[in-house]
Amino acid sequence: MSRPELIAPPEIYYGDSEAKKYTQNTRNQQIQADMTYRALELLNLPPEEPAFLLDIGCGSGLSGEILDQEGYAWVGVDIAPSMLEVALEREVEGDLFLQDIGQGFGFRPGSFDGAISISVLQWLLNAETSHHTSSPPHRLHRFFTTLHSALRNPSRAVFQFYPSSDDQIQLITSTAQKAGFGGGIVVDYPNSKKAKKVFLCLFVGGGGGQQEIPKGLEGVEEEGSKVRFERRRDRERLRGKGGIRKKVKDKDWILKKKELYRRRGKEDVPRDSKYTGRKRKPVF
Amino acid sequence: MVRLVTHNLLACHAKDCNTNNFPLVFQNVQLEIREAEFNPGFIQSFLPKIEWNALVKTAQELGDTSLPIDQPEMIDDELLKNLHHVLFEIHIVEGAMICPNCKHNYPISDGIPNMLLAEHEIA
Ligand SMILES: C[S@@+](CC[C@H](N)C(=O)[O-])C[C@H]1O[C@@H](n2cnc3c(N)ncnc32)[C@H](O)[C@@H]1O
Ligand SMILES: [Zn+2]
Repeated sequence: MSRPELIAPPEIYYGDSEAKKYTQNTRNQQIQADMTYRALELLNLPPEEPAFLLDIGCGSGLSGEILDQEGYAWVGVDIAPSMLEVALEREVEGDLFLQDIGQGFGFRPGSFDGAISISVLQWLLNAETSHHTSSPPHRLHRFFTTLHSALRNPSRAVFQFYPSSDDQIQLITSTAQKAGFGGGIVVDYPNSKKAKKVFLCLFVGGGGGQQEIPKGLEGVEEEGSKVRFERRRDRERLRGKGGIRKKVKDKDWILKKKELYRRRGKEDVPRDSKYTGRKRKPVF
Repeated sequence: MVRLVTHNLLACHAKDCNTNNFPLVFQNVQLEIREAEFNPGFIQSFLPKIEWNALVKTAQELGDTSLPIDQPEMIDDELLKNLHHVLFEIHIVEGAMICPNCKHNYPISDGIPNMLLAEHEIA
């Protein structure tokens, strides 16, 4: 498979038709959702507290919709107008910004309780123009320093990304460290070609004790079963949480969304049933 | 969909623009009021992040005078309700945000602010 980031700049690659294709592909939706849940798990937010999160490279809102469902307030930034337009159509609840993360952020210190970024970082490894401000090290440096200051102390930022070499991983982790972050790389299912996923797990502050780099997931590798396995973990996670934060959206909210999608002529909206919006039971 | 909850966190990020670069000033705005679910817990947890003076000033410029000039020490129900409206229900749909220092214009279209900088403005 050729890498999208080698084909064209992101705002061109994710034009109108690719943005739609990307968002409507159910397999892609599932993969992005699974990785978002895993990133949230690695983010390790204090349970039962509201949180204000940053979704870096939020795209059309596939990751943001999960933040909505989980009851987080969030801000999303992305460089591709067509992706943001789809996010608007899908009525995600986060505030959206058209922004090139390689230019850095202007958010005030301590603005966010955490950040996630799903399938984005590899885009920063390609020079956009010949201007000196646009070399990957420059862009990564601005990105990580301004992100570090925008995050609360202590907090985390978790990135799932697709590195194409160890050198890339090295450049990214060393730039993040220079910007003040602790943390490192977490690899899930390292021995599976298909299921392997790389996460960069960064810490602000609290260099001591609990900020240990989490362990990657092992074991179940075969793809079908991997997805089921992860979903089960998600449900367990959901059931285990309670308190102030409203987690799963209620039935009314889901019906409203479905109605909205139907009005827009979206296909594949599941029928409403007596099960709609019910808490799911664990499968196992 | 810029709401004041986010605007209150946002400073200008143009090169060498480090002082007096907050809050960005709204210009020629078109507003939309959209009801949102009241979540007092979130507002309480968000309060320490808020720059009160900037919030009150910006709300007033948008025509909302429900917040007291000085940040009250006691947080009662009425204040929470007013904060809820100001932070989450006022949406800026069209217009621009202007940096008070370097005057950079961040246009807002369809509720999305364009934060892109020109090459010479990148730090
Ligand atoms: C594979 S998509 C992922 C979108 C979303 N996170 C998801 O999980 O569906 C990658 C996204 O990264 C965005 N992106 C790439 N380079 C970027 C940059 N320099 N600044 C902001 N966004 C960028 C692209 O526009 C695209 O929407
Ligand atoms: Zn400025």
